[in-house]
Amino acid sequence: MKKQAKFGIGVTVIVVSMAFLAWLGYGESKTYYHTIAELQTLHGSDLSHRIRVGGTVAPGSIRRFTGRVDFVLDGEGKSLPVSYVGSDPLPDTFVDKSQALVEGRETDGRFVAEVVQAKCASKYEAAPGGTVATPSTATR
Amino acid sequence: MDVFGSFALLLAFICAVFAFAGGIAAIITRHPLLVKSTRQAGIATCCLIFVATFSLEYLFFSDNFSAAYVVAHSNRALATFYKIAALWAGQEGSLLFWSFLLSIYVFSVLIAYRNKNGELMPYVGVILAGVQIFFLTLNNFVASPFKALAVPGAHGAMDLVARGDGNGLTPLLQYPEMVIHPPNLYSGYTGFTIPFAFALAALLARYPGEKWIHLTRKWTMIAWGFQTAGILLGAHWAYAVLGWGGYWGWDPVENASLLPWLTGTAFLHSVMMQEKRGMMKVWNVWLVFSTFLLCILGTFLTRSGVVSSVHAFAQSSIGSWFVGFLVVIFTVCLVAYFKNRDYLKSENQLDAIVSRESSFLFNNLILLVSCIAVLSGTLFPVLSEALSGSKISVGAPFFNKVNIPIGLLLLFLTGVGPLLAWRKTSVESLKRNFAWPLIVGVVAGAVIFVLGYREIYSLICFSLCFFVTATIAMEFYRGAKVIRVRSGASYLTSAIELTMRNTRRYGGYIVHMGMVLIFIGLAGAAFNQNVQKEMQPGSSMQLGKYKLVLQSFDSKPEANYTGLRLNVEVFVNNKPLMMLYPERRIFETNGETGTMVAIYSTLREDLYVVYAGQSPDTKLPVIHAYLNPLVKWIWFGGVIVVFGTLVALLPNRRAVLVLSGAKQPVPEPLVHGMTPSATFREGHD
Repeated sequence: MKKQAKFGIGVTVIVVSMAFLAWLGYGESKTYYHTIAELQTLHGSDLSHRIRVGGTVAPGSIRRFTGRVDFVLDGEGKSLPVSYVGSDPLPDTFVDKSQALVEGRETDGRFVAEVVQAKCASKYEAAPGGTVATPSTATR
Repeated sequence: MDVFGSFALLLAFICAVFAFAGGIAAIITRHPLLVKSTRQAGIATCCLIFVATFSLEYLFFSDNFSAAYVVAHSNRALATFYKIAALWAGQEGSLLFWSFLLSIYVFSVLIAYRNKNGELMPYVGVILAGVQIFFLTLNNFVASPFKALAVPGAHGAMDLVARGDGNGLTPLLQYPEMVIHPPNLYSGYTGFTIPFAFALAALLARYPGEKWIHLTRKWTMIAWGFQTAGILLGAHWAYAVLGWGGYWGWDPVENASLLPWLTGTAFLHSVMMQEKRGMMKVWNVWLVFSTFLLCILGTFLTRSGVVSSVHAFAQSSIGSWFVGFLVVIFTVCLVAYFKNRDYLKSENQLDAIVSRESSFLFNNLILLVSCIAVLSGTLFPVLSEALSGSKISVGAPFFNKVNIPIGLLLLFLTGVGPLLAWRKTSVESLKRNFAWPLIVGVVAGAVIFVLGYREIYSLICFSLCFFVTATIAMEFYRGAKVIRVRSGASYLTSAIELTMRNTRRYGGYIVHMGMVLIFIGLAGAAFNQNVQKEMQPGSSMQLGKYKLVLQSFDSKPEANYTGLRLNVEVFVNNKPLMMLYPERRIFETNGETGTMVAIYSTLREDLYVVYAGQSPDTKLPVIHAYLNPLVKWIWFGGVIVVFGTLVALLPNRRAVLVLSGAKQPVPEPLVHGMTPSATFREGHD
C-alpha cells in the first residue's frame, strides 16, 4: 500500500473516532437555553432536554424544605416555579430579587434544578466600566 | 497624571500610525532615512505606552480617587502588592496592560534587530505597528482607563467629582496568583504576535529560506512558556480560591487560553519539519496565523461576554471592535497567502509511516483536532443560535470525551516521536529504543492494575507515563554515557554537560518530562472523592484515611472583611495530624463573600476542605471535603515545564573535549539544534 494511503487511513481513524466521541459527549451534556416565556410554549421531546433558564428571584418566594428549596423565577412578565434539589448550599448571592440561572429539567409544571447560579444585580451594576462578574455556583 | 497618561496614549497612537504608514512607504521607496525614522517611531510608540501604564499605576499608588478606574478597582486599604494587580482588574486597564506587554516585545524586537535582517524588518515593523494601532484605538477612544470620575450634574452636563475612597479590588482577585497569573497569560497572548509578525512579513517579502523560523524560535518559546505558566497558575488559582474542588472546568475563558496553547504547541513541533526537511511550509504559516487569531479571539471572549463565563467582564460593545480586527487580520493573512503561496512549496515528501515526520504530523493532527473540539464547544451557544435558532451549550462531558483520548495519544507520541529517525526508522532501531521502555510501561500498568486502580483511562495514562519517562531517561543515559567515557565525569555532570551542548533537544526532553508529571496529576482525578456534611462542634466526618473533627467555629473581624472560621482537626488512624482552618470571608465594602480553602497537600493526595455555607434550617456550618489524589504533581510538572523551556532557550555550549595535548578540530558554528558529535544516533535532534 502506498504510504500516503496508510497515512490517510490513520488520519481518518483518528478524526472519525474523535468526531464520534464528540457526538457522544454532545448528547450527554447539551443544555438548551430558554427564557421563561419560551419554556411554556415547549412541547413533547423539547421538554425532556436539559434546560437552562434565567430570571429574577420573586421576592418572598424562597421556601426551604429538607433536601430541596422552592422558589419562583420571574422574567418577561411570566413566572416559573423551581425546586432546587442539588446538594450544595445555595450561593450567598441567592436572595430575593437576585438574578439567577438554573439548570435542570421540567417535570409536571415545575422546574427541577440541579444547578443554581446567582448574582446580585445591584452589586454587579455598581462597578462602572466593568468588573469581574462572579456568579457563585451551587452544583451537586 | 491622568491628563499626562491619556496624552501619552494619544501620542503613542500617532507614533504608531506613523510607524505603520511610513513603514509601508519605506517598503515601497526603500529610502534608508524613512526606514530608520519609522523604526524609531515604533520604539517611541512603545516608550509612550510604558509612560501611560506607569502613570495609571501612579494614580493607584497616589490613591487618586478622581479617576474612575481607580475608584472602581482600588481603595486606600488595599495592599501595595494588589495595587499593582488593580491595573488589570477591569476592562480598560487590562487592555492597556495588553498594549504594555506587547510593547515590551515590540521594543525588544526593534532594538535587537535594528541593524539586522534589513529586508524583513520594515515588514515586521509595519505589522507590529498595525497590531498596536488596534489596541491603542481601544485604549484611546473606546475604553480609556484615564476617564475622570463624573456624575450627571445640573443642565445635563457631567460634573467632575472626586471620592474619598474607592470601591476596592474584587476579593477574588486579592490572592497572590492573581498578581502573577494574568501577566503570564497576557505575556503568552501578546508574545505570539512576534512569530505571527515574522511569518506574515516573510510571506509578504518572499523572504528566502527558513530564516524567519530561526529568528522567531526563541520568541515563540518565550510566549509558549508564559502561556503554559499562565494557564497553570490560573488553574491553581481556581483550585485554591474558588472552592469547588477542581482546577479546570472547561469554562469559556479557560478554553480561550488553551486554544492558542494547542496551536502554539503544534507550531513548536511542526517547525522542525520545515527546518530539517523543508516540509509543511503552508501548514506552519497557517498554524502561526491561527495561533495569533486565537490569541485575539481569547482576548475577545474575555472582554466581550459573548459567551457567559465566570471570568467574562460585563457585556460591552467592545466585542464588535475585536470581531472587526479578527476579520481584518484574517483577510490580510488570506490575501498574503494567495498572492505568495508559490513561495511555500514543500521540498520533500513523506517517506515512511514510521518516521519522525509522521509522528510530527500525527502530533499536529491531534493537537488541531483538540483545538477544533474545544473551540466549537466553547462557541457552541453562539454557533447553534446562528444555525438553528436555539441556543445550546455543551458541558464538561463533551470536552472530556474528546480531550482525554487525545491527551493519551499525545502522551504516547511524546515518548515515541523523539526516538524515531527522520525519513524511515528501521526495525532494529525500534527494538533498541523501545524494548525497555515498553517493558517498563507494561509492568507498571500491570502493577497498578493489581493494586486495584482500574479506571481504564487512568491506567493507560499511568502506564504511558512510565513508558515516556523510560524513553527520556534512556536518552539522557545514553548521551551521558558517551560524554562520561570521554571525560570521566560522573553521570550527573555528564548529563548536565549533554544538556548544555544541545539545549534545544534536552530542554525539550525536560519539558516532556514536566508534561508527564502533569499527566500523572490529571490521571489522579479519576479517583477523586468528596463528602459534604452539616457539622456541629465535636462531630466528625470520614474521608479516605482522614477523619475530620470540627472543634469549634468563630468569627473574627479583620481590616476589610469578617472571617468566619472553622477549626477542623484532622486525624489519621485516630492520631491527630494537624489543624485546618477553612474560612468564609464577608467583605464589608461590597458584601461579597470569599472562600478560603484549607488544603493539606502531599505528593499522594490533597485533602481539600471548604466551608461550604450554613445550613438554612439549623444555622450549622456545612463542610465540603474533597480528597484529590496526585494534584500536587500538576503544579510540580508545571515548574519542570517552565524550567525545561528556560533550558531550551539557552545557547548551546560548544563541545570542549578534555583530551590533553591532542589537537581538537574546532567545531563549526552549529546549525540550529544539530548535535556536534557523530556519536549520537541517526538523525536525532
